[in-house]
Amino acid sequence: MSLWRRASFLCAGTGFAIAVAAMVATTTAVHAQQKVLRAVLHADVRTLDPIWTTQTIAGIHGMIVYDTLFGNDEKLNPQPQMVGKYDISEDRLVYTFTLRDGLKFHDGSPVTTKDVLASLKRWAVRDNVGQRLFSFVDRLEAADEKTFRMILNKPFGMVLEALGKSGTSVAVIMREKDAQTDPQQQIKEAVGSGPFKFSKDEWVPGSKTVYLKNPDYVPRPGNERASFFAGSKFAGVDRIELVWISDPQTAMSALVNGEIDFWENPNIDFLPILEKSRGVKLMKTGEFGTNAGFIRLNHLHPPFNNVKARQAMYRLINQEDFLRAIIGNPEYYKVCHGMITCGTPLASDAGSAMLNDFNPKKALQLMREAGYNGEPITVLAATDHNTITPATQVLIQAMREAGLNLDVQSMDWGSVVSRRAKKEPPAQGGWNIFVSTMGTVGASNPVLHPWIGAACDKGLFGWPCDAKIEELRTAYAFAQTDAEKKQIARDLQARAIEQVPYIPFGQWDSPYAYRADRIEGIVPNTGLVVLWNITKK
Amino acid sequence: MTAYILRRLLATIPVMVVVAIFVFFLLRLAPGDPAAIIAGEDATAAQISAVRTQLGLDRPIFEQFIVWLGGMLQGDFGTSIFSNLPVSRLIVQRIEPTLSLMLATLAVALCLAIPLGVLAAWKARGFVDRLVMLFAVLGFAIPVFLVGYVLIYIFAVKLGWLPVQGYTPIREGLWPWMESLILPSVALGITYMALIARVTRASMLEVLAEDYIRTATSKGLTTNRVLLLHALKNASVPIVTVIGIGVALLISGVVITETVFNIPGLGRLTVDAVLKRDYPIVQGLIIVFAAAKVLVNLLIDISYVFLDPRIRY
Repeated sequence: MSLWRRASFLCAGTGFAIAVAAMVATTTAVHAQQKVLRAVLHADVRTLDPIWTTQTIAGIHGMIVYDTLFGNDEKLNPQPQMVGKYDISEDRLVYTFTLRDGLKFHDGSPVTTKDVLASLKRWAVRDNVGQRLFSFVDRLEAADEKTFRMILNKPFGMVLEALGKSGTSVAVIMREKDAQTDPQQQIKEAVGSGPFKFSKDEWVPGSKTVYLKNPDYVPRPGNERASFFAGSKFAGVDRIELVWISDPQTAMSALVNGEIDFWENPNIDFLPILEKSRGVKLMKTGEFGTNAGFIRLNHLHPPFNNVKARQAMYRLINQEDFLRAIIGNPEYYKVCHGMITCGTPLASDAGSAMLNDFNPKKALQLMREAGYNGEPITVLAATDHNTITPATQVLIQAMREAGLNLDVQSMDWGSVVSRRAKKEPPAQGGWNIFVSTMGTVGASNPVLHPWIGAACDKGLFGWPCDAKIEELRTAYAFAQTDAEKKQIARDLQARAIEQVPYIPFGQWDSPYAYRADRIEGIVPNTGLVVLWNITKK
Repeated sequence: MTAYILRRLLATIPVMVVVAIFVFFLLRLAPGDPAAIIAGEDATAAQISAVRTQLGLDRPIFEQFIVWLGGMLQGDFGTSIFSNLPVSRLIVQRIEPTLSLMLATLAVALCLAIPLGVLAAWKARGFVDRLVMLFAVLGFAIPVFLVGYVLIYIFAVKLGWLPVQGYTPIREGLWPWMESLILPSVALGITYMALIARVTRASMLEVLAEDYIRTATSKGLTTNRVLLLHALKNASVPIVTVIGIGVALLISGVVITETVFNIPGLGRLTVDAVLKRDYPIVQGLIIVFAAAKVLVNLLIDISYVFLDPRIRY
């Protein structure tokens, strides 16, 4: 036999042997007949503690594993979830809650008021809304294993909304021993009482997170319709696998090919392809979109320490320009000249005229009146974000066209996140402007709204400082009637637009993409994606 | 030989120390703060500062280095800032997919590239040679991710023969394992194949011009025997060298290929850790990659002794 043949036989023979062995192995492989939901979310689960971090993905993980006392429905009204019945005293100072029957943690231990009180106390240290609520809590006391009381020193009107808060740092209920972990430290075990158990052994951070059906979960009785975080929850599949696919092109191909069942946030560019793909459907998450975009100005340094310069920036923003660049298809976006999420009960047109006055010449004139003389304005430009990057480019173009001198600092989003925390002047590593996005659910409520606050040093990056805004937010928390709440929300928005804690540039929806031929029962949820109640066909 | 191997192994110690110092300080000099990332979108400056303190990132940089180096000397790679899991566990979880992908790529590349290079040299300046060199140029020019997307579109989405993404461990069956590696190894192997084919051709051309090849042909040996037994063996030293260099190329190629095909290997772990500024993981990975590179170089040097009897250490 020639050497050529020998070499060819070696390669081909190896391949053949492997193929034969492979077929044999395939026939003997054990295939589990479980119903598995494979989902790709916007990020991978890397942190197990949904209270310790405000990462959205940690919030989603938390809502799968843990349960909450209350859950907000699609009208953003809090509905009891772990709580069976509750009572509010006439003076609105004493709240009495009784847990539902049959609640158990994944280790088999019953959920008691000890667990609840420890969890609420830990949450109140970490979360801004929890801190606000607990500044009015006189004491928490357990009446028995299932009943506890929250006694307030003032009639704070948002107790139930705070307990049912969605988004990040949700008030989930942990075992007492986990909840006693120092709030500045992460918990080490994710043992909740929710519809799915976290499978730690199968967790590969950066690749896959697995949850198993909790057979002991007792849903709310009466088969209540699931609505956002309210209603009866049940585990519709045996196993959920959150597969992390960082490349959107690959995620799309995997969905089209049927390798995954659900994709939380397909890129807008891919929607036309997905709409035409067999078996794939898109689902809007709710009435008012999932995200709102905003431009944050640094109130500590010139030129934006002058309110006139901040107001000048409104005149550079044509929301349509931003939304077309980010989303493109008007079906998925909405112009919103307000700071309270448009389309929600408290939305109004108060003060909105200033947001609807696109006029670059006037912007430059106002900037000059504010003392701006062409000094460089430092813009933190994220280069790797599917919405923030194009929005920043539109902003840069608009500012340059208006004649402003920019110092554009291009960096990845992780660097923006770290640099925006710096309070130093821009020339010493600080900044003047960055662009970001926020959840629309939080922004629909004056107290829960993360970016409308103006609490100076205690507030978020940019550090707006206005006593009137904070006064109105506190007043909202004590409002008793809907009319009173609406009036305060109007006044707050008008004041905020005047002071410019941020500049909004519209709302949009990131629809879910899913295999309609394989799964059903998705609960649309603008706040956070929820994976309970989904069944596999 | 044993003394040589020992000397080489000892020489790796200063190399690893330099790598460790370089990686540690380079990461700290790079912009970005893991505390800000881990604290989340809506965290206040005070919350970020608390996270920084808890992670020990507010301690002097030399103190952090000493703590890390002390751990490394005891075999402790540290703990991931984000997941709180030991870095060694995270690396071990990812070794199998990367090793599988690299071996599959090597198998695909070597089985095709060496015959193509020999063929091109044998038929030098002819049509076959030009065709092989055209393939080699294209193999270099077309980025791995583009090849990956095209392969996915044709063989997974359109034909449905192979999966788009993911990795199936070998313990779950040989065929599912191979199925998950075919497209990525072909995508990654094309560049590697192009490199080896070119070097094989060049090396073979040089050897084929030697007197002993003419003598062998004059003795009436068959072309195959002349090419494979006399020429290829003597041309193999540069080829083996380039295979060794190619391992470094493979490591960087693996990063892209694992991302496109969503393979949970060391490449993806590296990219994710860099983006998240998960310092302990990046540091651990660079040490592992550096050690692997040093080891491969040593193996290549040792192989010269067997390929060329004139080489002695």
